[in-house]
Amino acid sequence: MSLATLLVLADGRLPAGGHAHSGGLEAAVAAGRVRDVGDLGGFLRGRLHTTGLVSAAFAAGACARTGDFRDLDRGLDARTPSPALRRASRAQGRALLRAGRAMWSLPELGREPHHPVALGALAAAAGLGPREAAVAAAHGTVSGPAGAAVRLLGLDPYAVHALLARLAPEIDRIAADAAARTDDPVDDLPAAGAPLLDLGAELHATWEVRLFAS
Amino acid sequence: MHPEPHEHGPDEAPHSHPDPGVDPHAPLPAAPRALRIGIGGPVGSGKTALVAALCRALGAELRLAVVTNDIYTTEDADFLLRNGVLPAERIRAVETGCCPHTAIRDDISANLDAVEDLEAALGPLELVLVESGGDNLTATFSKGLIDRQIFVVDVAGGDKVPRKGGPGVTTADLLVINKTDLAPLVGADLAVMDRDARARRGDLPTVFLSLVQDRAAAPVADWIRALVAARVPAP
Repeated sequence: MSLATLLVLADGRLPAGGHAHSGGLEAAVAAGRVRDVGDLGGFLRGRLHTTGLVSAAFAAGACARTGDFRDLDRGLDARTPSPALRRASRAQGRALLRAGRAMWSLPELGREPHHPVALGALAAAAGLGPREAAVAAAHGTVSGPAGAAVRLLGLDPYAVHALLARLAPEIDRIAADAAARTDDPVDDLPAAGAPLLDLGAELHATWEVRLFAS
Repeated sequence: MHPEPHEHGPDEAPHSHPDPGVDPHAPLPAAPRALRIGIGGPVGSGKTALVAALCRALGAELRLAVVTNDIYTTEDADFLLRNGVLPAERIRAVETGCCPHTAIRDDISANLDAVEDLEAALGPLELVLVESGGDNLTATFSKGLIDRQIFVVDVAGGDKVPRKGGPGVTTADLLVINKTDLAPLVGADLAVMDRDARARRGDLPTVFLSLVQDRAAAPVADWIRALVAARVPAP
């Protein structure tokens, strides 16, 4: 396993469309639920233990496969009640495939797989294991909105990165758990949800002017 | 050739020139992929108005579509629909997450997806205009996204803009100095802008434009027509 390859895959500068998604933060900011660093800390922790937990499990599962990702893809559909969030996940999966195809030799994944499925398949193609795929997935679910918060609210970037550093041990734990469950049936994988993220995403999708795609 | 920053006199800012002995252009893509032209420039310089003018001028003769990266409102869409004779299905908006330059340069995936979706929905296109969000003088398009780029500045932004340079002014395939009708009102000296643009750009073309006086943006439309005509025909 190459640590440097993991850094390439998890780099926020990877041209895979992530910069245009706020992970629900833009909607939460507009609703007045996230106004400062303290609010953001709660938002990120909640996101890590819902979206992050599910994404890590499915990225690890996809990484452990050699082909046929359809049941994982359907499993994520079932865990994503918001149509806007399903579209956002598939758009980011498609963008990640575009980046991945330029770097590694990928299996057949369809045109728009869910993002965690694409991420797991990319990790495998890069020679990484399920744990690394899960780390990248869980980290991505919080680093994206953290960056969006710096841009939307003008928060102190050092304070925001301090939040991410404090979440790192939890990300590692979540990734280790995900990597231990790659043989579980898809139906048994985590299904944690965040109704406010779902509702916020649906409202956000109706806005006439928005800065982030989701 | 003077690739390194240098000065000619006490009055000048350091700058560099493109190598006149080297063709800076990659060969144009062969049909049927649409020729993609990026249109960038500072906020308020007239990018959307230029896109509307180009749609008006070229919409009847070329199969074209537009991808916009601006903070996009119904007014903008109405503006294109009303002025540009472009149906709504030929316009796609891309969200840029507060970073308009990232979406056209560092991470072009959403723009590439939009171009591909337009081609899938509308059939083969001859021209796709990709309008950047209003940004600053350093914003340029990735060559992975577009084939040629136009940079739009306006005289009301100050006649020093060409002298300030930056990658947009210096390297764009076409520099458009817009709103020349405002020059007397804002005290801008077009001769100074022309001289500075030449000094910055070497042989790369610069055109002056007033969309009030030329609603079809004739010099820009002609430049695009020549590019489309120069494309390698499909085998």
